[in-house]
Amino acid sequence: MEHIVIIGNGIAGVTLALHIRKKSESKITIVSNENEFFFSRTALMYVFMGHMKFKHTQPYENDFWKKNKIDLKQGLVIKVVPSSKEIILSSDEKITYDKLVLATGSIPNKYGWPGEKLNGVTGLYHKKDLESLEKWAKNANRAVIIGGGLIGIELAEMLRARDIQVTFLVREKTFWGGVLPFGESQMINRHILEHNIDLRLDTSLVEILSDEEGNAKGILTDKGEIIDCEIVGLTAGVSPNIDFLHNSGIELGKGVKVNRFLETNIKNIYAIGDCAEQRDAIGHRTAVEAVWYTGRMMGESLAQTLIGMPTKYNPGNWFNSAKFLDIEYQTYGWVWAKPRLNEEQFYWEHNCGKKAIRISFDKNNRTFLGINTFGIRMRHEFFDMILTKKQTVDYVIENLVKANFDPELFTSHNKEIKKQFYNQFDSLKTV
Amino acid sequence: MNKSAKNISIASHENMQMDGIQKISVALGILGLFIMALALFNVAFPSKEIWLTISIIAIFTGVITYANRTYLHQPAGIKNNGVWHKNFTNRGSWAWMTGILLTSFYVVLYWYPQYLGLNEAGGNNTGIVGFFDPLSFVMNGKAATQWFVYGTLYTVAILGLGYKFILKYKNNKYQLVRTISVMFFQLGFAFLIPEILEKLNPEKAYFAKDLKNMWPLNYYFFNDWHLKNMFEGGNLGMFMLIFGVAMIFIISPILTYFYGKRWYCSWVCGCGGLAETAGDSFRHLSSKSTISWKIERWMIHSVLVFSFVMTIAVLFTFLSNNPEMSFITKGQFIWGIVIFLTIFTSVLYIFKRKDLDTDATYTMLSLVAIIIISLLLNYFSGQQNILFIDSNSLREWYGFAIGAAFSGVVGVGFYPILGNRVWCRFGCPMAAILGLQQRLFSRFRITTNGGQCISCGNCSTYCEMGIDVRSYAQKGENIVRSSCVGCGICSAVCPRGVLKLENDSPSGRINSNEILLGNNIDLLDLITNNK
Repeated sequence: MEHIVIIGNGIAGVTLALHIRKKSESKITIVSNENEFFFSRTALMYVFMGHMKFKHTQPYENDFWKKNKIDLKQGLVIKVVPSSKEIILSSDEKITYDKLVLATGSIPNKYGWPGEKLNGVTGLYHKKDLESLEKWAKNANRAVIIGGGLIGIELAEMLRARDIQVTFLVREKTFWGGVLPFGESQMINRHILEHNIDLRLDTSLVEILSDEEGNAKGILTDKGEIIDCEIVGLTAGVSPNIDFLHNSGIELGKGVKVNRFLETNIKNIYAIGDCAEQRDAIGHRTAVEAVWYTGRMMGESLAQTLIGMPTKYNPGNWFNSAKFLDIEYQTYGWVWAKPRLNEEQFYWEHNCGKKAIRISFDKNNRTFLGINTFGIRMRHEFFDMILTKKQTVDYVIENLVKANFDPELFTSHNKEIKKQFYNQFDSLKTV
Repeated sequence: MNKSAKNISIASHENMQMDGIQKISVALGILGLFIMALALFNVAFPSKEIWLTISIIAIFTGVITYANRTYLHQPAGIKNNGVWHKNFTNRGSWAWMTGILLTSFYVVLYWYPQYLGLNEAGGNNTGIVGFFDPLSFVMNGKAATQWFVYGTLYTVAILGLGYKFILKYKNNKYQLVRTISVMFFQLGFAFLIPEILEKLNPEKAYFAKDLKNMWPLNYYFFNDWHLKNMFEGGNLGMFMLIFGVAMIFIISPILTYFYGKRWYCSWVCGCGGLAETAGDSFRHLSSKSTISWKIERWMIHSVLVFSFVMTIAVLFTFLSNNPEMSFITKGQFIWGIVIFLTIFTSVLYIFKRKDLDTDATYTMLSLVAIIIISLLLNYFSGQQNILFIDSNSLREWYGFAIGAAFSGVVGVGFYPILGNRVWCRFGCPMAAILGLQQRLFSRFRITTNGGQCISCGNCSTYCEMGIDVRSYAQKGENIVRSSCVGCGICSAVCPRGVLKLENDSPSGRINSNEILLGNNIDLLDLITNNK
């Protein structure tokens, strides 16, 4: 029987295994060094905040894997040997495979900051990061978080939930400024302050300071300020977790290089999820996509290939979501922080300062290109259809009711949005 | 908590401590309860009415101040920080103590009301029942009973903790309206109106005057004494009888078709009302294991059959003993039941077989066969007692096991241990009927927003009915479960805006195929098929 070995039991690897199992009897082994059972990484924050217990982050009951004949192997893979089709674990154990899938995820970025290895310094990615935080949080008064993106704001929320003071260092002039346009980014800045987080924009880390015992005791910023703290969160993005693959013969770039079939340069070895790097970028997508949804999609696509129906990884229209403290964010299609040449943007913000939408459309033919929505839930299915059918922005504005996904009885802002839109962009009334 | 002051504490931050005002509020609330406890132990208060008023005001003020302090000065959002860290909400010693206290209260309430001070001999009440006498005279013109005490405390709990709930979910209008609704129905329909009607009709024998308390939740609706009292209760009695029957056969099916069972379970029902308000702090404790789901299906349907059999039996006895009072003979009744059950199950089996789990189909069909056969056997053998059981003892057993022990002692007493909807989930025959309809003939569903689920598990954790919501959401499937009471908390706690309670056309409501998760494969086909 064919033996499929998957390294990594995150969303990509597990989705792959489940989808193979639906259609095939192959022997499947998932190797992981993190946790015996699959858990939702995105939910780690809620465990720390006391919303959930760790077991609640595990979407399947413990006997599920046995029932579905998916072998779970605990161990750290230190080497892949394509010539003998085997992987070697740190325990010296060898596992041979017929097909090998790399789904090893990411590691938090560290940029060689002095003191980045001290006690009290951590990223937020792995289960062990959570355990470290749990340990340090008991005696912490203040934490400094470096990196103004999605993980940084989550870590800030976590620490605030435990009543720990937080200073949030953001290198850009505004929160997540590389992705969010100015208006909504300002809105999030305000919301961060509302949560009593000490937000420092346009500020970088120079050095993490140590006490005599090797614990972090503070940081030095590029403004020359020293901030005392017991915890330092490094959340300046993530990179593919591929160190153990050097010298394996597998072609690496930033991540594991794959083609559209998610194949590496070596036959029968594949890569999916955060650790994969597309040789040719797909649409506007980056070559390495460290996103829950893309990991899941790659797992689904590769499963088809591995059961004998070669299927390209063909992600549909871009979508993503996040939550900035209390403000939910969803995006469908592409809205750029700095409008591109053909792009016109429409921005509406509610006077409560916690709801906003930004719609991007083509200047020339008014084709809808994308939407950012804050504090208002929108329907995935609707926007997917709009993007696929290349509908106009006017169609979207006229059909906001269909697009809305807020819970029942919520106040609708459709009229205001529509009015402002038509004031700003004289209507073609194409509908 | 949001404290902008610099935190100089070196102690653990694990459990966010209460601040001074919160502590004073809790103390005030406990003081109110303590006055009642003193009354229970027969402390002679000089003027009961003043002390009772003080006690109730203290409870309300305590709860309201606590809620204001906790939620009002924070930005609106989900407030579940520390839920699993706190002793009280994570089955710690405080939770056990509360559970034991509540359980004992229910035991005394149902079976030993004399310890609460009820004087069954007709003399003056003492204890806490006596303490409530002044209020009872004002409300219904009679001395208090243990049920009056219970009803008042129940209402106070729903109103006070309903207010807290509203502040906690102040970002969510659905929760606001729904909670105002349960508070309204408790205060008006379950408390004020019945008491006032009682006062206006002092000479009539008791029958339930809570319009919304429908059979089979109100299991004694068709009991002989209750029927008799309604028949003899003049216009009001007849109105209650007709409205009660209309609720069961007309109003409820229509509302459940359009809105799902939530119209009752989480907007109107008193049990649901208490669970949603007083029980909110324990909603995450419900078990989500598949084993629990199995137990749930067996148990709730067994209770449904039990209540059904009990009702048929007592009605049959009633018709045998009081032929002059009824519109129909016992013969017509039996044949009516047989025909109804046969048509009902045939229709179900023919049209909805595919939507039912196999175990559900078999259970249902065999149970119906058993009921019909025993009905006919008994009818032709000419016995008084249908189904070979004495209807009186059946009724008593139902009242003891289901009406008291299950719904009260376990259902509410175990809130802090098993979660707030144990009764609704495992025992309520009303929930079973509405659930059956919700699953098969309703427009209600929880829609999953395409591929946006991140499997975080907040929805499942905070589902009071123990539904593993995530298992559907992460596959992009809609959630159509008979047990769902439509409280809307899964949708509220979802960090990515994935879940939405909706009423829409029944076709394509249950989409159990591969869905839009983001890959471009046959996406349009799927969407068209789902329409």
